[in-house]
Amino acid sequence: MKKKGSPRAAKSGRPSPLPPRPYQFPRFERRRLKNGMQVVVAPVRKLPIATVIALVEAGAVCGYKGREGVARLTAELLLEGTTNNDGVELVERFERLGTSVDASADWDGTVVRLTALHEQLSPAIKLLSEVLRSPAFPQREVERLKAERLADLLKLRTEPRGLADEMFTGILYEPTSRYAMPEGGSEESVRAITREDVTGFYNWRYQPGGVTLIIAGDITPDEAERLALETFGDWSGPAAAQCRTSDEPARHTRALHLVSKPDAKQSELRIGNVGFPRNHPDYYAAVVMNAVLGGLFSSRVNLNLRERHGYTYGAFSHFDWRRLAGPFVVSTAVQSEVTAPAARQAIHEIDRIREDQITGDELSLATSYLGGVFPIRYETTDAIAGALATLVEYALPDDFYDTYREHMRAVTSDDVLRVAQTHLRPSEMQMLAVGDASAIQKPLETLGFGPITVYDTEGNVV
Amino acid sequence: MRIPIDTFRLPNGLFVTLSEDHTAPIVAVNLWYHVGSANERPGRTGFAHLFEHMLFQGSADVGSNEHFELIQRAGGTLNGSTWLERTNYFETVPSNQLELVLWLEANRMGKLLPAMTQQKLDTQRDVVKNERRWSMDNQPYGTWWERLPMLCFPPEHPFHHSLIGSMEDLDAASLEDVRLFFQTFYTPENAVLTVTGDFDPEQARRWVERYFAPIANGNGRPALPDAAMPRIFGAWKREVVPDNVMLPRLFLSFLSPVFGSEPFYPASVCAAILGMKKGSRLYKSLVRERQVAAEAQAFTYDLTRGSDLLVIDVTGRPGISGEQLEQEVAREVDVLFASGVTEDEVARAVTLIQTEYTRALQSAGERADRLSMFATYFSDPALINSQVRRYRSVTADAVNAFISDRLGESNRASLLYVPRTGTMRAHRSGEFSGARL
Repeated sequence: MKKKGSPRAAKSGRPSPLPPRPYQFPRFERRRLKNGMQVVVAPVRKLPIATVIALVEAGAVCGYKGREGVARLTAELLLEGTTNNDGVELVERFERLGTSVDASADWDGTVVRLTALHEQLSPAIKLLSEVLRSPAFPQREVERLKAERLADLLKLRTEPRGLADEMFTGILYEPTSRYAMPEGGSEESVRAITREDVTGFYNWRYQPGGVTLIIAGDITPDEAERLALETFGDWSGPAAAQCRTSDEPARHTRALHLVSKPDAKQSELRIGNVGFPRNHPDYYAAVVMNAVLGGLFSSRVNLNLRERHGYTYGAFSHFDWRRLAGPFVVSTAVQSEVTAPAARQAIHEIDRIREDQITGDELSLATSYLGGVFPIRYETTDAIAGALATLVEYALPDDFYDTYREHMRAVTSDDVLRVAQTHLRPSEMQMLAVGDASAIQKPLETLGFGPITVYDTEGNVV
Repeated sequence: MRIPIDTFRLPNGLFVTLSEDHTAPIVAVNLWYHVGSANERPGRTGFAHLFEHMLFQGSADVGSNEHFELIQRAGGTLNGSTWLERTNYFETVPSNQLELVLWLEANRMGKLLPAMTQQKLDTQRDVVKNERRWSMDNQPYGTWWERLPMLCFPPEHPFHHSLIGSMEDLDAASLEDVRLFFQTFYTPENAVLTVTGDFDPEQARRWVERYFAPIANGNGRPALPDAAMPRIFGAWKREVVPDNVMLPRLFLSFLSPVFGSEPFYPASVCAAILGMKKGSRLYKSLVRERQVAAEAQAFTYDLTRGSDLLVIDVTGRPGISGEQLEQEVAREVDVLFASGVTEDEVARAVTLIQTEYTRALQSAGERADRLSMFATYFSDPALINSQVRRYRSVTADAVNAFISDRLGESNRASLLYVPRTGTMRAHRSGEFSGARL
């Protein structure tokens, strides 16, 4: 390798980069068992370890009205006992294999995940199939996990960050949307869930045609298929169709929501609107736009609120990607006394990125960052398996990871301006603050953002 | 699995570790400075961490916040962190950008002071105060990591005081403090540099020499503060903190053998038996069977001098008082103290630790950080390759010897958070019967 000169090197002897070395996202293969179950395998031979994910078509958007939270509860209950092993035995058997299993439901799917050393992979997958195929859902554990979720909700009221996130999503969507309720359900809906709801949900959603087994790591596709066949081959059942919900906003005009938390020493601020679905042609330009606005440390929002004004430890923006339109949110936590000026600066940055093209420097910073960190994101078997789960969950093309960097490089300043104008909609943005109302209500009102509603930490209007 | 290691030392004292891995075109650069909150002088708590923020404010040839921009433009990730005994700075970048990162790190190690201004210090002081509010003051239980060392180490001990610092001490920090701290602690011989991943070792070495060798030697390696501690507390220490929380949470600590020492490994295995994952004793008993706790874990602080801490962290479920929670946890420890552990429990813990270790070492940044750690604390990065073996050689007898020695009543310190009067009642929490973190 020989170092090349470049104009950038002129500034104070700054080194310029060597030619980039090639990178390829790990090759993967798709196989399908006769029962409809899909197997996706990415052989990665770096260390003797592999990650296994069972992705189940059983997201939080599936379920019954008034029983929201059943998807999460069912996922967690998979690990609380099978027809062969009770919960304690199950945990011990996994842990003796040097592994532990996580099961959780997001909006669009349930993910059951483990990482094991190569020598333990075969027994670990066998045990995983037992978890997926013959859960016992013991009544006692149903009650215990329901109580745990209720306690979570209770604790959330004293945790301003989580409270702000959850309440902001709640006020964003129309009440009939599943998105208006917490992913894990509300106090009322969780209380109402019975063991029959769980078994009903399981029988409806957990079918081989709706399960993808993803393995990344020290394994070959043939080995993986053989293991899948041995452990899941004789599982049968009808395929479950995808679930839908509304992703319509609650309001098309601006409104300010203040959650009164008298002991708060900072204000948690959220500003945003309903975004757009993950599998959408604007995805790449929106990711670049978000990087410039609030995705990077050197983003406009963070440099303004943190480095210029010292209002906060950090300020960010993000799109919450889902199959349907998830939220777009700018979020920060600021000192109570500067809540209103901080909100004004955040709004100013949202307006500004919709008014003018970003500079060439900003565009190149965002695209070179996004392209460069790509291989860094996929160093571990965990991350590779997770990326494949995303691919399956959102039905992205198989070459998505191979063409990602090209797509990023192709984004122009015009594209960024267009997606900012399309997907950031100041006229219908909602603002939420969790903080000390006595200190922040008046200053926030002077912003003239929109009509204000004040809530307590349980979400009741006061 | 063996991590390859090559080391050398520059004439100015900088210790360098190179570890190649060409499976991806990625390279990680990691610097540990052997200075942390333990080195702060009275009246300047929080300064080591505030200083870490200043290192991102530019140097002679780098503008304010330009370090972040240059690394991100190169397609890399970066950060820094401050701990009681060290401060680290790290970047992972595409491998063709290695030279830039070395240049940036050398520029701030050698020429930080010309870029320091009162205005930058004032802004970062505000940012750090907001970090304090965000991570501690406005978080339920957020002050635990300030209060726990205060409870466990005596007032004059270097681990006693707050790492994030008091608002008053942050206010008092001056540009003169920045200059003194830099000249004393940010010297080549008080630092180690590690590079892992995809690089040409000869070229990397040439770059390291070109950029770091001209940096002047400091005034000798600064002495480490006296950290001596007794083997046990001598009596059960207790602090109860009424806070704006819904559920009680107990941090029960024990003085334990320092990180990396021979007796550390049985102590670490004991922590895993008590509180690593759902098959651990505390989880099985308190969360699952007795249903008095919402969450339970145990860990070591990994301090290398004076004494380490083994900490049990248990959150109660609704309806359980702080007092009950402490009794329930103490009973589990008493059972362990009376009967010890089995070989089977040791095997579970060691197997889990081994998987976690292998899993972590997949990342170039993690490898670099651990190599820097072993180089800083023990002048021997190759220790990274003997950790699994050391864990595997731990026996039940060794764990039981640790338990008899350290888990008795005269070596316990309880930091107990309880809901402020009124908090619970206002939310009708009594009717719930379970919880989880």
